Amino acid sequence: MAAAQAVQEMRTRVVLGEFGVRNVHTTDFPGNYSGYDDAWDQNRFEKNFRVDVVHLDENSLEFDMVGIDAAIANAFRRILLAEVPTMAVEKVLVYNNTSIVQDEILAHRLGLIPIHADPRLFEYRNQGDEEGTEIDTLQFRLQVRCTRNPHAAKDSSDPNELYVNHKVYTRHMTWVPLGNQADLFPEGTIRPVHDDILIAQLRPGQEIDLLMHCVKGIGKKVARVANPRLDTFSREVFRNEKLKKLVRLARVRDHYIFSVESTGVLPPEVLVSEAIKVLMGKCRRFLDELDAVQMD
Amino acid sequence: EDQELERKISGLKTSMAEGERKTALEMVQAAGTDRHCVTFVLHEEDHTLGNSLRYMIMKNPEVEFCGYTTTHPSESKINLRIQTRGALPAVEPFQRGLNELMNVCQHVLDKFEASIKEYKDQKASRNESTF
Repeated sequence: MAAAQAVQEMRTRVVLGEFGVRNVHTTDFPGNYSGYDDAWDQNRFEKNFRVDVVHLDENSLEFDMVGIDAAIANAFRRILLAEVPTMAVEKVLVYNNTSIVQDEILAHRLGLIPIHADPRLFEYRNQGDEEGTEIDTLQFRLQVRCTRNPHAAKDSSDPNELYVNHKVYTRHMTWVPLGNQADLFPEGTIRPVHDDILIAQLRPGQEIDLLMHCVKGIGKKVARVANPRLDTFSREVFRNEKLKKLVRLARVRDHYIFSVESTGVLPPEVLVSEAIKVLMGKCRRFLDELDAVQMD
Repeated sequence: EDQELERKISGLKTSMAEGERKTALEMVQAAGTDRHCVTFVLHEEDHTLGNSLRYMIMKNPEVEFCGYTTTHPSESKINLRIQTRGALPAVEPFQRGLNELMNVCQHVLDKFEASIKEYKDQKASRNESTF
């Protein structure tokens, strides 16, 4: 019957109208619809839920999640973007910086460089701990001095010929192992992900000499996730007067397409697993709090 | 009448590896109500946990009302309010919601890892068969 069908559509579809999107919010909570049992049922959820991997390579992953609500899918997306732990440069000790890039700008740029180190192997640094130990810190040294090239042609104007070391790349960063890190991590595994990121430019006589401390933290730019491809869905059909009445565009509410692109530190499937574990960790934290409070 | 909020702060002082927060969870109850209407203040949390937890708690038929807000964008905490039907203490659906959310995550994780493994196996066998 039409009424039953309308209810079914309201419950399960997000409708794309000509001028706006309708039926966006989840409404299937207990008591809203008579005749429907909407209470949470883990078994029913497990029966309807599925994950289909569409594409996977070392830097990008595309998969579908079907049978889950927007709130939880969005939570995963938010965590992937901002709360999966990563190792990044936090503190920069500048011994000498005579380049035209200011200390703080240089430090800011260094902090954005993705570091190839599995954050799961490190602990968080304790608050107020200045030094940093081998279990929570990675050290990198950056020491570059620019000089004039004595063999350059007399009237050359190409900086690549005239100067030596005038561009500072991430490949100039050297890892300084702390404690037993040299035994734990083989040569060449702890490095920036890309060795051709331009950090700064120098001219003869200028020098950059600094030490970087890299710690575990939650930050941005670990992965980019784009949820359902709403932006590529065409609503052109509404332009045509006759078609308008015949066509109804609707989206299945609980089907999500995830597209995850990693910066290279961790493979994208590991990022997603870690994101799910982060959400579980949050729940566990509050459950522990509740238990502790109830014991008083 | 209810101008004064009787703060029943039952937070626990926890020091975690990241250091910052001393109290992670507070419970606030207005004067004159009993334990079935409580506002939980969750520190260091935002829409990520707030919305997903709200959804799980709303799915509980004993819950009459559940909503959350972020107090201010500069403050990293959320107020989550639960009102239950009858005399059920509000802590109970809160705890149940957390447990159910954890179960959902666990199931999603299992299914996801199984799918990844299946995809990799399929790809491996497809590569083998082309040789």
